[in-house]
Amino acid sequence: MTVFLIRRFSQSLAVLLVMSLLVFVGVYAIGDPVELLVSAEADQFERARVIADLGLDKPLWEQYGYFLLQSFKGDLGTSFVFNQPALLLILERMPATLEIAFAAVILSIVIGIPLGMIAGLRPHAWYSRTIMSVSILGFSLPTFWVGLMMIMVFAVILGWLPASGRGDTVDLFGVPVSFLTWDGLTHLLLPAVNLALFKVSLVIRLTRAGMRENMLMDYVKFAYAKGLSHARVIFVHVLKNILVPVVTVVGLELGNVIAFAVVTESIFAWPGMGKLLIDSIYRLDRPIVVAYLLITVVMFIVINFIVDVLYSVLDPRVRLESKS
Amino acid sequence: MNANTPTLEVRNLKTHFHTKAGVVKAVDDVSFTVGRGEVLGLVGESGSGKTVTGFSVMGLVDPPGRIVDGSILFNGSDLAKLPDSQWRHIRGSKIAMIFQDPMMTLNPVLRIDTQMVEAIRAHDKNVNREEAHRRCVESLGQVGIPSPEERLKAYPHQFSGGMRQRVAIAIALLNKPDLIIADEPTTALDVTIQAQILYEAQKLARETGTALIWITHDLTVVAGLADRICVMYAGRIVEEGKVEEVLDQPMHPYTRGLIGSVPSRNKRGTALYQIPGMTPSLIRLPKGCAFRDRCQRAQEECAAEAPAISYPAPGRAIRCIYPYVGDSR
Ligand SMILES: Nc1ncnc2c1ncn2[C@@H]1O[C@H](COP(=O)(O)OP(=O)(O)O)[C@@H](O)[C@H]1O
Ligand SMILES: [Mg+2]
Repeated sequence: MTVFLIRRFSQSLAVLLVMSLLVFVGVYAIGDPVELLVSAEADQFERARVIADLGLDKPLWEQYGYFLLQSFKGDLGTSFVFNQPALLLILERMPATLEIAFAAVILSIVIGIPLGMIAGLRPHAWYSRTIMSVSILGFSLPTFWVGLMMIMVFAVILGWLPASGRGDTVDLFGVPVSFLTWDGLTHLLLPAVNLALFKVSLVIRLTRAGMRENMLMDYVKFAYAKGLSHARVIFVHVLKNILVPVVTVVGLELGNVIAFAVVTESIFAWPGMGKLLIDSIYRLDRPIVVAYLLITVVMFIVINFIVDVLYSVLDPRVRLESKS
Repeated sequence: MNANTPTLEVRNLKTHFHTKAGVVKAVDDVSFTVGRGEVLGLVGESGSGKTVTGFSVMGLVDPPGRIVDGSILFNGSDLAKLPDSQWRHIRGSKIAMIFQDPMMTLNPVLRIDTQMVEAIRAHDKNVNREEAHRRCVESLGQVGIPSPEERLKAYPHQFSGGMRQRVAIAIALLNKPDLIIADEPTTALDVTIQAQILYEAQKLARETGTALIWITHDLTVVAGLADRICVMYAGRIVEEGKVEEVLDQPMHPYTRGLIGSVPSRNKRGTALYQIPGMTPSLIRLPKGCAFRDRCQRAQEECAAEAPAISYPAPGRAIRCIYPYVGDSR
C-alpha cells in the first residue's frame, strides 16, 4: 500500500507539471487580455503600466517560472478582473459545483441501477424495451437543449420549479449547501436532473449488460443449485459483481460530470466554478482559467485514486500493491 | 416410502429447448434409477444431453428449455410436478450438484464462509452463527482442505482449481443430501487430484448412503467408480447395465466405439480408434436410430423407426435393433 501511495503521488506530480505547462502555453495563445482590461482612452504609459503590473511584459518562460514558484506556495495567480487570488475565487464557487455534481451522480445511481437491473433481467419485456429506448434519448439529446426544454416546461409553462440560481443555502461544516433547505432543493432539482441525464443512461446500460452477462455465469447456476432464493442470488451474488464495473465507471465519470457542469451551470445560472470559467474565458482572465484547469486535473487525480481504492475493496482479486 | 424405494427414479424424461431454429430434444425419453449408496455413471460424448439431464433433476433448466414430459421421482415423490418454490427447498438440501469448471462455480467477490453459510441458512433459518461455522469447518475438513478455519475467510481466487472443486464439493455436502449430481467435476483437474476426488466420492457414497450420479465423457473414470452405467447418445440412453458387464461386453455399437477409443496399455503404438462421423444436431433428428449414420452394423430397418428399449439380460437395457449379442470383443 505504501509503495502504491508513493508511486501514485510522484506520478500525479509529474502529470500536474506537464498539465500546467500545456495549460499555461495554451491559455497564452488564446488572446491578449490587455485590450479588454485597459480602457480605450488610456495612453501609452497607462497601458505599459498595466502590462508591467500584470507581469505580461516578461517572456513566456519567465512568466511560467514565476507561476510555478508561486504555485508551490499555494498562489495560482491573481484574477485580472476581480483582483483577488484565483484559487480563492474558484474554491468559493466549488461547493456549488460539487453539489450538483454529487446530486447528479447519486441520481444516476439510484435511478440507473434499478432500471438497469430490471432491463437486464427481463430483456424482452415491454417495460425493459421502454427503459432502453428512453436511455437512448438520454444519450443522444444534447444537454443544453434538454436543459432549455426543462426550463420551458417546469419553470415557464408549469411554474413548478425555479429556473435559475441556487436558492437559500445553509452552512454545513462551514460550506454553503442548497439541498438542506426547501427553496434550495427546488433550485437544485432541475440542474441536477439535467446533469444526471447522460449518466443515468450510462449506468442503465452498464448495469443491464452486467446483469445479462452475469445471469448466464456458472456461479449463478451454482447459487441456485444451493437452493438460494431469487432475491438472494440477484441482490447479493449478481449485484455485487455488477457493482465493480459500475462503481468504477461512475467514479471516473464524476470528473466528467464536474467538467460537463459548465454547460448546465450556464443554462441554469448556477453559481458554480463552471460558470466562473465561462465568464473568465470571455474576459480573458488567464489566471482563473489556468487555476481552474489545474484544479480540475487535481480533482481527476484524487477521484481516480479513490476509485482505485474502492475498486480493490469491492473486488477482492484486485490488490493495489501488485499493480504496476 | 419404503426401504426399497430408490433415491431417484427418472421415468421417460423429456427436456426440450424451444429455440427459434427448432425444438432441441436435449433429453428425450430418458429413464434411470439410482438407489441409496449407489454410484451411477452417466457417460456420453459432449452434447449428448448429460448436463441437461442433471439440470432437469435439479429443476434448473433455463428457458427456452422445459421439462415437457416424464416424472422425476425423488424418494417416491414427483419433483416434476412441484412448483419452483418447493423445488427450491430440495435443491442444495436433498439434492446437490457439482459443476464442471471449478474456476467458475464460486462467486469471485464473496468469501468462502459467506457462500457456505448461506447454503445452510437457505434451508434452515434457525441455525445460529457458531453452529453454521462449525458445520462449514467440518465439511471443508471432510474434503481434505487443510486448516479449514483460516480458509473460510479466503476468497475463491486464493484457491487452486483442485481446491476450489473441493470447496464446491464441501458446499454440496453441507446439508447431507440424499443425492449428489456431479457433472464432470474432475475434467478440469489434473490426474492425481482427479484420483483423490474419485476415491473420496466413492467413500462418501459407501459410508453415508448418499446416491451419486457421476456425469463424465471419460469411460476410465466410470470404470473404477460406478456401480452401474448409462451410456447416452443424442438425448437418449442407448445402453444401461452393471459397469463391469457393459465394459466387458458392450452390446450397443456406440458403446463399443466409446470403449475402443479409450487409450489403453495393450494397444500402445497402434492408432486410436475413433467413431467415424460427428454427433448429429439435435434439432430435427431424422427418424430412426440417431447413431445409424456412424454405425457399422446399420441396416435399412434402423432408418425406419427409433429402436425401442429391449432387455437382453437381467439388469441390462439397450436401444438397438442389431446389438452385439453373445460375441465378446
Ligand atoms: N440453453 C440452451 N438452448 C438451446 N439448446 C441447448 C441449451 N442448453 C443445452 N442445449 C442443447 O442440449 C444438448 C445437450 O447439451 P448438454 O446437456 O450440455 O450436453 P453434455 O452435457 O452431454 O455435453 C446440446 O445439443 C445443446 O446444444
Ligand atoms: Mg456437460
